[in-house]
Amino acid sequence: MAMNGKGKAGETDDAVGNASISPNTTAPNTQIKYRDTLLFRLHEVQNRTRGKTWITKEELAGIAQDYGIPLAELDGIVSFYTMFSRERRGRHVIRLCDSLSCRICGSLDIYQHLRKKLGISRGMTTGDGVFSLEIVNCLGACSTSPNIMIDDHLISGLSLAEIDAMLDRLAKEGV
Amino acid sequence: MSNIQYITGFATLENPLDIDSFVAKGGFSGLHSALAKTPAEVISEVKRSGLRGRGGAGFPTGLKWESVAGDDERYLVCNADEGEPGTFKDRFVLEHAPFLVLEGMAIAAYATGAQTGYVYVRGEYPHVVASLSSAIASAVKAGYLGEHILGSNFSFNVEVRKGGGSYVVGDETALLNSLMGNRGYPFLKPPFPTEKGLWGKPTIVNNVETLAYVPYIFTHGAEAFASIGSSGSPGLKLFSISGHIAHPGVYEFPMGTTVRELAAAAGGILGNLKAVQIGGTAGPIFDTAALDYPLDFASMRKAGGALGSGALVFMNTTVNMAHVLEVTMRFFAEESCGQCFPCRYGTRQLAFMANKIASGQGRLEYLDLMRDTTHVMVGASFCPFGQSIAFPLESLLDRFGDEIVSFIKQQEFLKEAAV
Repeated sequence: MAMNGKGKAGETDDAVGNASISPNTTAPNTQIKYRDTLLFRLHEVQNRTRGKTWITKEELAGIAQDYGIPLAELDGIVSFYTMFSRERRGRHVIRLCDSLSCRICGSLDIYQHLRKKLGISRGMTTGDGVFSLEIVNCLGACSTSPNIMIDDHLISGLSLAEIDAMLDRLAKEGV
Repeated sequence: MSNIQYITGFATLENPLDIDSFVAKGGFSGLHSALAKTPAEVISEVKRSGLRGRGGAGFPTGLKWESVAGDDERYLVCNADEGEPGTFKDRFVLEHAPFLVLEGMAIAAYATGAQTGYVYVRGEYPHVVASLSSAIASAVKAGYLGEHILGSNFSFNVEVRKGGGSYVVGDETALLNSLMGNRGYPFLKPPFPTEKGLWGKPTIVNNVETLAYVPYIFTHGAEAFASIGSSGSPGLKLFSISGHIAHPGVYEFPMGTTVRELAAAAGGILGNLKAVQIGGTAGPIFDTAALDYPLDFASMRKAGGALGSGALVFMNTTVNMAHVLEVTMRFFAEESCGQCFPCRYGTRQLAFMANKIASGQGRLEYLDLMRDTTHVMVGASFCPFGQSIAFPLESLLDRFGDEIVSFIKQQEFLKEAAV
């Protein structure tokens, strides 16, 4: 049951978002009901183009208008969820799991390594705008602890050298 | 130990998204037999099986379905917002046996009169969102979902929704708020979601694993299900086993299986066992006495804990309990939704003190202060999140308090002892 990251890092699931949102437009909905697609929309907008990982002020205003939600309320909704960012993040968001399972299986080793390699600590973005580093509370893959997620991809069971190689490749890729 | 398998049996299919191989293995036969009954008969079968919710609370599923009342516009929500640290069984089910969940949803919708179903998948499982959407499309095409299911008058559509990252949203009322495009704040019950849920309409919220066991009842019978496991906690259960264990993973065993049996099935403890956390981060941390605990709702309650999601995190003697305290309290502080003051402020105070202790600046009086803070939170927090913090905190202090005290004293001493 290896759950290593599949596919190319940096891919977003825009296509999935669209596919799953579309049936709802035919549902009998009042405006308020339409809001069940709001989180999907926020994900979609946040990852609208390759390498974009945050929601801009303009985008937020646009969504508020589309959904008929006061901007202040939408701001409160976006800030509630950990996966959304209203501030510029790196092209690639690294999420390091620090749940108990990952912690006792070595999450700190990865954290210290990433800190040193990238020169940033929790919640920061590298100067070249390539990576942001976040700590999350559980990625739900504790059988392969310690885990990290890079963008949409779960990365488990890699050595520090292999993680380095992956980050170097992503940094070279450009947008 | 019993070798009965159900979900893990289906999970061995080479391509979990191939509906034909699922059907060839007996998939959707439960839906066939459920549709031959009246909705009331279906509910009574589920009640007779004794199935209880697998998400954490253990509420009897049949009773929940029966309590749906009021408006004809009804919803069914599959709670796939699996955020409990140490828990990864729902990811396993959705990745390896997605059709079983859809079959359970169709049966639940038929029984309760729901026309629309949502699967709320946590945002951290983007590939599950994608694969589930494809499974739904196949099920619609094959006539197991959508209009006139299997040629009957019963129609039911399922859509996938994706969360944004929040632990509290795993609570059913918070999940409904999130599904309605709000902050994921829990709301007060009653009215229960089965009366006033999504957009004020009757709504059933069931966990992924719960729904995946529903077809069992209609293929093997309610008696067969009830005959497995322990009294009051019938059936099979998925256990998420991780930490210092030889073969971490998802294991399916009858309710009532002991911690020792599970540890053995997972290849044994790596090193010497020191502690095990049962039920997730919101569950107690036990010492080695837990090896003899039978894992079912009543036994775990008797042991001063809860079965919760069925997560077991094994810790060997290399683990420093001051670190466990820090990781756990920080988790609560970061995931508190902030709606009510006791939890918002209490979790931050606890995380502050735990941080100080773990970083060598702890004071002995923190330990009493932490207990006091917890007592207030248990009494005054709005939802089970703020109340549940007592489980890990008090169990840590009760069972491993000596170690933490000695750690604090040693750190205090070190400040003066440096050569």
